[in-house]
Amino acid sequence: MSRELLKGNVAIAEAALRAGCQAFFGYPITPQTELLEHMARRMVELDRVFLQAESEVAAINMVYGAACAGVRTMTSSSSPGYSLMQEGLSYIAASDVPCVVVDVMRGGPGLGNILPSQGDYFQITRSAGHGDYRPIVLAPATVQEAIDFTELAFDLAEQYRHLVVLAADGQLGQMMEPAELPSMRSLPRTRPAWAITGAAGRAPNRISSLYMNAEEEEAFNLRIQARLAQICAAEQRSTEVQATHAELLVIGFGTAGRIAASAVEQARAEGLRVGLFRPQTLYPFPAERLSALLACCAVQNILVIEMNAGQMVEDVRLVVAGRVPVHHYGRLGGVVPYPEELYTVIQQHYPSLAASAE
Amino acid sequence: MANLMMEPVYERPAALEDRATHYCPGCTHGVAHRLLAEALDELGLREQTILVAPVGCAVFAYEYFRIDGCEAAHGRAPAMATGIKRVLPDRTVVTYQGDGDLAAIGTAEILHAAARGENITTLFVNNAIYGMTGGQMAPTTLPGQKTTSSPFGRNTAQAGFPLKMSEILAQTPGAAYIVRRSLHDARHINQAKKAILTALRVQQAGLGFSMVELLSSCPTNWGMTPLEALRWLESEMLPAYPLGDYQVSEAVRALGG
Ligand SMILES: Cc1ncc(C[n+]2csc(CCOP(=O)(O)OP(=O)(O)O)c2C)c(N)n1
Ligand code: SF4
Repeated sequence: MSRELLKGNVAIAEAALRAGCQAFFGYPITPQTELLEHMARRMVELDRVFLQAESEVAAINMVYGAACAGVRTMTSSSSPGYSLMQEGLSYIAASDVPCVVVDVMRGGPGLGNILPSQGDYFQITRSAGHGDYRPIVLAPATVQEAIDFTELAFDLAEQYRHLVVLAADGQLGQMMEPAELPSMRSLPRTRPAWAITGAAGRAPNRISSLYMNAEEEEAFNLRIQARLAQICAAEQRSTEVQATHAELLVIGFGTAGRIAASAVEQARAEGLRVGLFRPQTLYPFPAERLSALLACCAVQNILVIEMNAGQMVEDVRLVVAGRVPVHHYGRLGGVVPYPEELYTVIQQHYPSLAASAE
Repeated sequence: MANLMMEPVYERPAALEDRATHYCPGCTHGVAHRLLAEALDELGLREQTILVAPVGCAVFAYEYFRIDGCEAAHGRAPAMATGIKRVLPDRTVVTYQGDGDLAAIGTAEILHAAARGENITTLFVNNAIYGMTGGQMAPTTLPGQKTTSSPFGRNTAQAGFPLKMSEILAQTPGAAYIVRRSLHDARHINQAKKAILTALRVQQAGLGFSMVELLSSCPTNWGMTPLEALRWLESEMLPAYPLGDYQVSEAVRALGG
């Protein structure tokens, strides 16, 4: 395999089918559309299922059906379309079937615009539909990571029989950079034992999200919670730059985290003890590592940078629990911050500089 | 004589579980279930069929058939069935839907499944009311019909007119077989059974979307005895929803039967 110049949306699509995605259902929306278009061509070439649905509502329910039938399946959309999928996501989560959903986030609320945003953090990590559950959420920051996390998404979905959301944004979806694709995995010849495939020579399989009795529904919910506890223990992922030597720890995910990395580099070149912590899983939030950094290192101040009005910062504050001050800097509505801009913000929050300014 | 006594003349279809249903006494959902089960048995499809149940009184349908099944979100059964059928093209996929499910919240999904010529079969149980939620107005509620959400009778100036789904879906080129039948007496029940058999054969032959609309009774929410309900169905629903074949494609005709 070799590195090639790939657009984020295309890379995710190609990585998905190489990871064994057998059925894609979707509806066009910018800035995600190239993903669907790539699938439209490649899935047909590979004699797999591609279908453009009449809406995101239909698309997610088609995914639900294909997942119940035991194949690797996915859909992708952008913020307004992701909103429309909430009902289906909740049914999927309540049926213990694996599936992968990509949200290439754009500016909102409402129709908003087609520019990069991280405004869906709450919706993706907290309220992916009604009821009491959380999806696994992976947040890539580079095209290579988008590829790797797409593969990982299918594997985690299958391992835990759980919903996995890839939280991308318009910048990652649209940009091109060199990356390496994985080789094509062969498709399984059999379907999982729980799948609905026709009750030939066995008792019927039934997949439903309905528990009329409160105790049974509670028992089912407790099973979800037990699975989430397992996921929290095993699947927290993050990456960092000089975080163990930082007095100011900058935290950002996805595109914001990537831009923050440039600003952190500049600050370090200027002699400031600044580090970066970039969550790669938004759920489970990498609380263990962040907590360890606070316990062992010199962090005096935290600066969370997001392309929203302050969403992940709530998860950060839950972990920090008042141990050090947590600040937030956000650009909203599709504005992508510049590294120089973030460098200025870093200077403002750097402990000794901040103190001298006061 | 001894021989004669051994010969069963009526028994539970193999495709039905030996289980009491939660349907109200005299409700024709039970009749529709039996017809589908008999048809699956007769065509030898029990072991290769997947049922997609709706949200509505038939929400537990997947528990009553001895076949693989699942439970869709309200109105989304045709989309879910599409996902299943596309990855299991050689299986038989059936949706079973009420009128609120199919003709209100799920109008887009059924229309586009028909337009795509999705190779699935839909049993559409039209009882002119929302049964499960306690008798509210449905898209198929008749003008003047009293329901808990049209307590003075459906006023078309305020609440609009009933939707005739068989007539509408028959307009889509992807629809191969769309007929309306009724469950109000034995003769009509037999005709309904024949239509269900044809619809399943249409799917087996890969001819496109098939739907059998079944005019059905809801004695509980109509506030009638089971017998009164069947009479009301005959006298009020039949004129509003004429029985008949709304789409029988050339290929379906060639199937015969
Ligand atoms: C999204 C959503 N909205 C509303 C409901 C509540 N609900 C359950 S069944 C139903 C109507 C069912 O009526 P119909 O489809 O005619 O079936 P019947 O019960 O008459 O067989 C409604 C509104 C729901 N479960 N989900
Ligand atoms: S409420 Fe009506 S449709 Fe539902 S089971 Fe009872 S009689 Fe049948």
